[in-house]
Amino acid sequence: MNRIQELFAKKQNKVLNVYCTAGYPQLNSTVRVMKTLQENGADLIELGMPYSDPLADGPVIQASGSKALENGMTIAVLFEQLVDFRKEINIPVILMGYMNPVLQYGFDKFCSEAAVLGVDGLILPDLPEFEFETEYGAIIKKHGLDFIFLVTPETSEERVRKLDSLSSGFLYAVSSSATTGKDKDFSAVEKYLQRLQSLQLKNPVLVGFGIKDRETFQSACKYANGAIIGTAYIKMLEETSNIEEGTQTFLNNVLS
Amino acid sequence: MTTTQTYQQPNAQGYYGQFGGAYIPEMLHKNVAELQEKYLEIMYETSFQKEFQLLLKDYVGRPTPLFLAERLSKEFNTSIYLKREDLCHTGAHKINNTIGQILLARKLGKTRIIAETGAGQHGVATATVCALKGMECIVYMGEKDIERQAPNVARMKMLGAKVVPALSGSKTLKDATNEAIRDWINNPVDTHYIIGSVVGPHPYPDMVARFQSVISEETRVQLKEKTGNELPTHVVACVGGGSNAAGMFYHFLDELDVQLVAVEAAGHGVHSGMSAATTQLGKPGILHGSKSLVMQTADGQVIEPHSISAGLDYPGVGPLHAHLFESGRGVFLSATDDEALKAAFHLSKTEGIIPALESAHAFSVLGKLNLKTTDRVVVCLSGRGDKDLATYMKAMEK
Repeated sequence: MNRIQELFAKKQNKVLNVYCTAGYPQLNSTVRVMKTLQENGADLIELGMPYSDPLADGPVIQASGSKALENGMTIAVLFEQLVDFRKEINIPVILMGYMNPVLQYGFDKFCSEAAVLGVDGLILPDLPEFEFETEYGAIIKKHGLDFIFLVTPETSEERVRKLDSLSSGFLYAVSSSATTGKDKDFSAVEKYLQRLQSLQLKNPVLVGFGIKDRETFQSACKYANGAIIGTAYIKMLEETSNIEEGTQTFLNNVLS
Repeated sequence: MTTTQTYQQPNAQGYYGQFGGAYIPEMLHKNVAELQEKYLEIMYETSFQKEFQLLLKDYVGRPTPLFLAERLSKEFNTSIYLKREDLCHTGAHKINNTIGQILLARKLGKTRIIAETGAGQHGVATATVCALKGMECIVYMGEKDIERQAPNVARMKMLGAKVVPALSGSKTLKDATNEAIRDWINNPVDTHYIIGSVVGPHPYPDMVARFQSVISEETRVQLKEKTGNELPTHVVACVGGGSNAAGMFYHFLDELDVQLVAVEAAGHGVHSGMSAATTQLGKPGILHGSKSLVMQTADGQVIEPHSISAGLDYPGVGPLHAHLFESGRGVFLSATDDEALKAAFHLSKTEGIIPALESAHAFSVLGKLNLKTTDRVVVCLSGRGDKDLATYMKAMEK
């Protein structure tokens, strides 16, 4: 069992995944942010690798990525920062990013090194399932990494089942067919999550996009195994003068 | 490569050789998959073709003339023909595609149109067809481009479009494209995205190439009338994303005796760090939903290009062109800002035609082609130069 499977074996409800951007707010704050997330109750970390053209992200996360790139973040720098992170952090960590930087780094090399460092899974929203099945999925599996697909309210039942069968770790339910950070009517989201729940999928489901506080987290958890907070946490990091204190207050508000 | 290979069409997954595909987030899957399934069926329906052809004729003003440029021909001691896309309504070839896509959007039941634009030519062409069909139109344009292309911004507004500044990243065409894609992600049900070039996820490169292919379709007929031979020896076109080149090349792609010459924007010089010559500087990568050649850093971050011509100022190139480059089927040359300016002034004085700066790039390589007296060269004059007057005026002051 890998760390993600262990997590969901222990905890099937209210699993909190928090997104942070590598190299943000400072180049060297990556592991520090992850550590404080672990200490304050995050169950899982989605670590974003910054990209110049992040199509599936909203303005707040894109701005954090631009800052991280200015700070000098690259995959090579990130992997240096992660060399000893497993001495301090034992919760599952998933790398989220876009295909282009990974391809330039070398797809096999990227997966191999990430796995050796102790990364548990990958989210690459612009890797389509055809290319996953014909080329990249085998490489990801060879190195023992989980791969998490996204589903949206527009994804047909047949396709949800297919993406569920290709995913391992969990399935990422985009809660409003919207780039992250957009406020949407949560009742429509609930209907969609109920529909997903009724499909009795193989993987646990985490809800992403639009989760920002206790109320939205609780609503999401009613019909899913947990949720992912991204934009709201990055906004807090942008505003806070103290990463540890800010994270503690933020996660207390979500989890209390 | 087998003998049955065609350069015209991608495979079922949208690949031209190793380039193409549909590298999109799941949020776009339904819309893109719907297009993949239906675009060919819709495009070749009798009722669609009837309306499309009628609009091309009566609204766009097609067929555009194929003009024998006598003084230019004499200068190069050959026969040079200009395909006059500058005479299309709105002043460039862009409208061939927007007419096609607006009709397609209506067949798909969409009510809201979004587009990206750099110099504003595609934005104007989209705003125009939206006005024609009474559709809501939102055009994303980099904040920097809005400042430097004020007349086209005014035209779009006058045509009833809403122009939204792209404030992210480098605030130019690449970012306007990102914002348009994000809008589509947020409005998956009622919206169609009219991409302006042969870029984006499959089926866009093939769909846009087919709508633009009217350029080479007409050229074959017109050249036959004029010379008795429907095949030129050379066709020359500028390439940014590559839509006019795709249209100019399309019906000659599988005529291997016809040399296809693509001219990219070298900016201050290919290796000056201020260039948009993607095939020279790019590496295989993924941008805006397809695999192609992309100008990028060693870490895979997309580089902001430079060209004096906003229409060529793009860090990628359509996957069809990346394949033509890699396979050697196309000859890829480049022209600097200064060479393009010089060619623009030369064409103006030699033939009485003020070309768009983009098209001027195509003319600046004529001297490099070792043309023979018996050659028949067709240059795609993709747009007229009115929009570039400010740049031309500046150049005249020097």
